[in-house]
Amino acid sequence: MQDKIKEIEKSIDDAIKDVQSSKSLQEIKMRFLGKTGEISSLMKNMRDVPPEQRPSMGKILNALREWTEEKFSALEKRLKSFELEKKYRDEKIDVTLPGRIAEDGALHPNTLVRNELISIFSGMGFEVFEGPEIENDYYNFTALNTPADHPARDMQDTFYLSNDLLLRTQTSAGQIRVMENKKPPIKILSPGKVYRSDDDATHSPMFSQMEGLVVDRGITLCDLKGMLDEFARKIFGAGVKTRLRPSYFPFTEPSVEVDVSCFECGGKGCRLCKGTGWIEVLGAGMVNRHVLEGCDIDPDEYTGFAFGMGIERIAMLKYGINNMKLLFEGDTRFSKQFKGEK
Amino acid sequence: MKAPLSWLKDYVDIDVSAETLQEKLFSCGFEVEELIELGKDISGVVVGEVVECESVEGTHLSKCKVDCGDKGVFRICCGADNVKKGIKAPCALVGATVYATAKDHVTIEGVMTIKKGKLRGIESEGMLCSGAELGLNDDLYSGAGYCGLLLLPAEYKNGADVKPYLGLDDYIFDISITANRPDCQSIVGIAREVAAVLNKKMREPDCSYNPVKGKYAQIKITDDAPDICPRYIGHYVKDVKCGTSPEWLRKRLALCGLRSISNVVDITNFVMLEYGQPMHAFDLRTLEGREVVVRRAAMGEKIVTLDENEFELTPENLVICDGKKPVALAGVMGGLNSEIKDDTQEVLFEAAKFARDSVRKTARALGQHTDSSALFEKGVNEYSAERAMARALHLIEKLGCGVVTDMHIDVTTAYSRTNEKKMTVSVDKINALLGIEVPAKRMAEILGNLNFGTALKGDNLTLTVPRYREDVDGYPDIAEEIIRFYGYDNIEGTFLPSASITNGGFTDEQKAELKLKDTLVSKGLYEISTYSFYSAKDLDMLHFADDATERRAIRILNPISEDLSIMRTTLAPSMVNVIVRNLRRGNASGKLFEISKIFLAKTLPINDFPEEKMRIALGIWGKYDFFDLKGIVECVGSAFNLKFEYEPCEKPFLHPGITAKVLCDGVEVGYLGMLSPSVAEELALERFAYVAELDYEAIASLAKPFRYSPLPKFAEVQRDLALTCNADTTCAQIEKEIYAACKYVSDVKLFDVYLGAQIGKNKKSMAFKITFTPKDEPIENKIDGFVKKILSNLKFKLDIELR
Repeated sequence: MQDKIKEIEKSIDDAIKDVQSSKSLQEIKMRFLGKTGEISSLMKNMRDVPPEQRPSMGKILNALREWTEEKFSALEKRLKSFELEKKYRDEKIDVTLPGRIAEDGALHPNTLVRNELISIFSGMGFEVFEGPEIENDYYNFTALNTPADHPARDMQDTFYLSNDLLLRTQTSAGQIRVMENKKPPIKILSPGKVYRSDDDATHSPMFSQMEGLVVDRGITLCDLKGMLDEFARKIFGAGVKTRLRPSYFPFTEPSVEVDVSCFECGGKGCRLCKGTGWIEVLGAGMVNRHVLEGCDIDPDEYTGFAFGMGIERIAMLKYGINNMKLLFEGDTRFSKQFKGEK
Repeated sequence: MKAPLSWLKDYVDIDVSAETLQEKLFSCGFEVEELIELGKDISGVVVGEVVECESVEGTHLSKCKVDCGDKGVFRICCGADNVKKGIKAPCALVGATVYATAKDHVTIEGVMTIKKGKLRGIESEGMLCSGAELGLNDDLYSGAGYCGLLLLPAEYKNGADVKPYLGLDDYIFDISITANRPDCQSIVGIAREVAAVLNKKMREPDCSYNPVKGKYAQIKITDDAPDICPRYIGHYVKDVKCGTSPEWLRKRLALCGLRSISNVVDITNFVMLEYGQPMHAFDLRTLEGREVVVRRAAMGEKIVTLDENEFELTPENLVICDGKKPVALAGVMGGLNSEIKDDTQEVLFEAAKFARDSVRKTARALGQHTDSSALFEKGVNEYSAERAMARALHLIEKLGCGVVTDMHIDVTTAYSRTNEKKMTVSVDKINALLGIEVPAKRMAEILGNLNFGTALKGDNLTLTVPRYREDVDGYPDIAEEIIRFYGYDNIEGTFLPSASITNGGFTDEQKAELKLKDTLVSKGLYEISTYSFYSAKDLDMLHFADDATERRAIRILNPISEDLSIMRTTLAPSMVNVIVRNLRRGNASGKLFEISKIFLAKTLPINDFPEEKMRIALGIWGKYDFFDLKGIVECVGSAFNLKFEYEPCEKPFLHPGITAKVLCDGVEVGYLGMLSPSVAEELALERFAYVAELDYEAIASLAKPFRYSPLPKFAEVQRDLALTCNADTTCAQIEKEIYAACKYVSDVKLFDVYLGAQIGKNKKSMAFKITFTPKDEPIENKIDGFVKKILSNLKFKLDIELR
């Protein structure tokens, strides 16, 4: 029996001498320790051993098995760690290759500006109201104190769909719809598409406006200025100032044109501001009394202001877009650049 | 509006530079769009006296010595035919800039700098100039039109800059006038503002004349359309002597871009510029019955205007007639039949007010736009009409080109405004509107400078409004007058100290739209914006049938072009056009979306507000396929907590086998599909494109509010089933039957489709992962039973076997 054990020990040593992989080690292990393996067979043969010899025999066999198991496990550990190193080596990648991203798309610059404007003004208590794009003469003109013989109503500016129906030329039309249904205090923003029969390098027959309207007791021109100062700082930067100068709109009186100090040159004069230090951004004014009266709001009790700006114009200024047409072409090379803008 | 500085100086002592005046005008609401310096291209040109002149044989040239006073004496070679000893002419010294003229010696071809040079070997140290080389013509300076040297009077000082002598130091202000100030479409109107902003008194133009009394054959004027002709003033001038106008008059007209015609016509034009009041002069010989009737034209009535065009008229057109026929299109153009001629002896002058829209309609309808119609369209006032008539008569007298009679026929009507308007405003209210405290005295002073009559009593400021200020209506107008002179710089920003608190923000609908946009962006789509109008050709492009509902589009009555002439009824053509444009520009792949309105008429032509429906358009092309698009459509559903169903369908522009309609709770909410090969071929598309269009509002209205559902107490169980079915069985059919067979099924996901040799012909294999969610008790031990039930249902309904 001793010889037999010696023999097994030797054959184990021989078998594992050249073993290279944990897989072949496993086979060898099975050869000796498996159910039908050599050591297991010896164990099974215990039946044939006389009972008095069994304890000592058992001890020897157990020792053999432990020795074998230890041997295999030590080797296995070594092989495994060796194999792991190899695996690491094999699986090494070029970590500097570009990452794979589920790429985001991008919102249209108009939406970006619109959202930013709404978030600025909604913080000041403005609600958003969107009126129809097809309006009638009353909402687009008459109720906005634009008399029937006003040049703005002529066919050359307005797209007509019938005698009375037209494509709205200004989001101001929404003012009336709000004031008819809601009494002061009113603070609304009315964004949307508007249409004018103009098509050249700086005009598009469709563009977007954002109209703001405040009607309450004691609203002054100074309040308009204060609100626009805040808007200009938030959209164009902290140092930007506004300037009011006289203008005319039928639905406001007094009416003003609002310029912001040039955010490109800080007011010193550059190409963007054509050397003047100022950039025209919007029109505004105190709501005309006739407009309030027409909506059954007492102009002696309430005053208000309104302002309207071109969203494309703000977007072009803010992002430095040089051609208005680009906003309506849908060229992905253009859209792509607004990725990440929120 | 063009206003020469020299002309304004006739009425106001302007003691600031042109640039300062430009800034001042800007501050009070008059933006100078362009400040034109008349002689800006001319420099270094002085008065030169030819002291020696010797013609060079065999050439047209003369060798001269020119005395330029303190600048020196120069040898100049000159080719003009009127050069001779003793004359004075503008002399451009070396380094001077003047205009280079073409061979015709008139057309300006650019600016040139004078260099020392040689003409045919003869040295020349400068150039003697013609009028054209200084940018002048006969109207701007008498004699400047001559095709040779511009001869200067002997009293001009040798060596002195010629610009002040020639009026080349003048400026022209091109001013943009807002629509509320038609009174400022005139030199006098601008002068009033200049006087106010400079705090100066204005000198009114001389309007005095001495009518010659006599017994003249009566002229009868009748106004039969007082609503569109509120006022008509006529005046009879006899013994007219037509001739040329004096230099000062021609120059004024030329500075404002008008050509001199004859003294009588020039006077009407001059007064038009000065007062903004168009005038007309009729040759009385041609007025049958010595009569003028202002009336609407009869339908089909005809007139031949001064420019020899014949027009057929309608009652929309106001005409000036004599006893029988139209002799002028009121406010637009005179008739050829009543035009002033060289031998005209008796003239009826007209200064009238015609309604803005009447003149505009006539000018537009007939395509006749004149200086006169432009002014009437903006609005004239009766005060100016009165003044303009008097001013014209003054000039007739002054120029001696006629005898001003005392026959003055002034037709006022119920629509006339001959009185000054009085109004009382509250100083406090004005300050309350402005938000600052302008002292009452300062208010009165500013208004006084603007020719308002003012009387201050406590808080009340009683005003007499100048008659030409028809725009002034209520106290806000007065507030504006005050602040534009008091200065907008005094407006300090405040933040609604008196306003009530309001809640701002988006409505729920607006939030939902933004959320959808963010979802689409997160899936890699770019948002686009396209025009709301396109053309019928865009519908042709997508093969819409003639009777398709998409063809029921609202037409724009006055489109910019046929390409932008109908309001869109579907977003698909716009999206396809953008895809085509991208591919043509080499953008091989892309994913786009647009959320915009379509317009659906209730009746055509429309007579009521149409429906405006928000639609979602999706477009992908290049490396993407149908299922990429479908995945995006499913995301749209998830954004509203909805699950869509899909059924095959057909659209005229989509591949009939690769198109599905999208259903939500049984309601059709849109479609998606592949652009049909025939459309793609017509558009020369080299990549596949897929388009979807969804009804935003229908989807939003079906949106299910998000609710948290409690976690199951027991674990969910998943089973994979590989099924063999007929090749035409759809995934949706199978899913539906799986759900139907067992109420514990909470999710069914296809994860593999196999077609091939291992399964029979006309068969396919589909593998699904099915999730069972327990309700009140564990279900592990029931799953086998569920699966059996599912399989038998599939076998029964769709002849499906487990693979």
